[in-house]
Amino acid sequence: MFTPHTKQDEKEMLDVIGVSSVKELVNKIPADLLYPNYNLPAALTEQHLTAHLHALAAKNKPLTNFIGAGMYEHFIPAAVPALSGRGEFLTAYTPYQAEASQGTLQTIYEFQSCICALFDMDVATASHYDGATALAEAVLAAHRVTGRKEIIISSLLHPHYKEVLKTYTRHTGLTITEAQPTQKGTLDVAALQAQISDKTACVVIANPNFLGYIEQVQEISALTHEKGALLVAQVNPISLGVLQTPGSYEADFAVAEGQVLGNPVSFGGPGLGIMTAKKAYMRQLPGRMVGIAKDKNGRRAFVLTLQAREQHIRREKAASNICSNEAICALNAVIYLTLLGPQGLKEVAELNLERARQLAEKIGRVKGFSVSTSAPFFNEFVVTCPVPAAQVIEKLADKGIAAGYDLSATCPSMKNCLLVCATEMRSAADIDAYARALEGK
Amino acid sequence: MYNQENCRFLKTHEWACKEGDLAVVGISNHAQEEISDIVFVDLPKVGRAVKAGENCCVVESVKSASEIYAPVSGEIVAVNDALNADPALVNREPHGNGWLFKIKMTNPAEYDALLDFAAYQATIQK
Repeated sequence: MFTPHTKQDEKEMLDVIGVSSVKELVNKIPADLLYPNYNLPAALTEQHLTAHLHALAAKNKPLTNFIGAGMYEHFIPAAVPALSGRGEFLTAYTPYQAEASQGTLQTIYEFQSCICALFDMDVATASHYDGATALAEAVLAAHRVTGRKEIIISSLLHPHYKEVLKTYTRHTGLTITEAQPTQKGTLDVAALQAQISDKTACVVIANPNFLGYIEQVQEISALTHEKGALLVAQVNPISLGVLQTPGSYEADFAVAEGQVLGNPVSFGGPGLGIMTAKKAYMRQLPGRMVGIAKDKNGRRAFVLTLQAREQHIRREKAASNICSNEAICALNAVIYLTLLGPQGLKEVAELNLERARQLAEKIGRVKGFSVSTSAPFFNEFVVTCPVPAAQVIEKLADKGIAAGYDLSATCPSMKNCLLVCATEMRSAADIDAYARALEGK
Repeated sequence: MYNQENCRFLKTHEWACKEGDLAVVGISNHAQEEISDIVFVDLPKVGRAVKAGENCCVVESVKSASEIYAPVSGEIVAVNDALNADPALVNREPHGNGWLFKIKMTNPAEYDALLDFAAYQATIQK
């Protein structure tokens, strides 16, 4: 039940700060901002509005997608939206009377269980806004666990994740330094070793990294733990069908963008933040967690658990201000994982490997284009073009192809570099068409 | 073990019991009753320096988290590791095996200034 403050509460609060009314409280805000005139056109009828929206939607140009860069297009079995769209499930929010919604809690519990199995980690939360916020929360948790203030992040984290991390840590007194890569497109492990000290709270890596390449995770994990620092690994859940799990290389926290698990790319959102940890750190995890208990008659019951971490109990000392999750996206993910099973996920991951390799090989044969393959990659890699990447993107768009992500957008020195991705969605014909388009045919 | 008649108290329901130059610290029987089923104790790190009144430990029940304040200044020299496996010890034996941590006192005068059992009883009977 939500109980807003009463007139009396309002008056008491205003008295404390010494203003007479809410209007007086906000009178420093210029009137034209406070009560703006939006100058909107007259309302349309439903029929006219529908026609207008159809006209706008028709401007979209469907392209064959070779862009990854954080969000990836994968096949979503029809059963996923059919099940998650049922009225009983279609809510994006943890219910306030959580334990009254056993079905919702059970799906979250199953989600956590699937994620723990996939990541090979001890505990998972009910989910977070997106991969970037999950990563930032993991960094804050690592700081709380170690009491240390220096954070080392891979320079090959997704640039948006870096921005979110910067925002989250702005007023925390943490310092962030970047670990640099080699020409191979993976971290310089020797340089990283020199960088880690007994003041390092955590080392944050992405695997695969933003350029698509696989890091030397075992070595990095060992170097990190040698100095008593924690390892935060951001991974691609689909890649875990073939790559080492974060648990296998002793990551202390493992986070991910879970969109790839049964959720559409959908113009970049909503995302699904996945967060996992070793059991020793479970009380430092932010947000909701669902556990199993017994009711008074001894029947299995699902409950929100470890709530003493959270702000409704711990107030300003809570692990995080996050108390929400991405229930519908998590539901899609758990349905997707359940439909595929471990073998199905492995096959999807293998298809990604295969298609990306076919694409890399074809692009490598086009005159003037080179593909960086000195480090292993999953479903994404860097192509160096003879001209600025933006020109290639424009040219291929005319042929119905979204060529990739222009790396100069976030790294000015990579002006001619294109980040290209092929998931299981790209057929051999799509890949041939891409190579032909590059050749100008 | 740390009979309440021999302990000194804070108004915030911690007890301290002198053991040589150490003060053993726990929470009162009244406090454990109020908190109810304790599921986790977040103990301080051994070696940490604390000031009297500093919050240095958290006792969690299913739906609450209570901050524990150091009754005296000094260094944490021992914590009750048995609570990691069995936090409900604090409920069962608040003045015995449910102790929380031991402080090596730097200013024993602080101990003498704490409430005695009768004075503490008076505060909780109000």
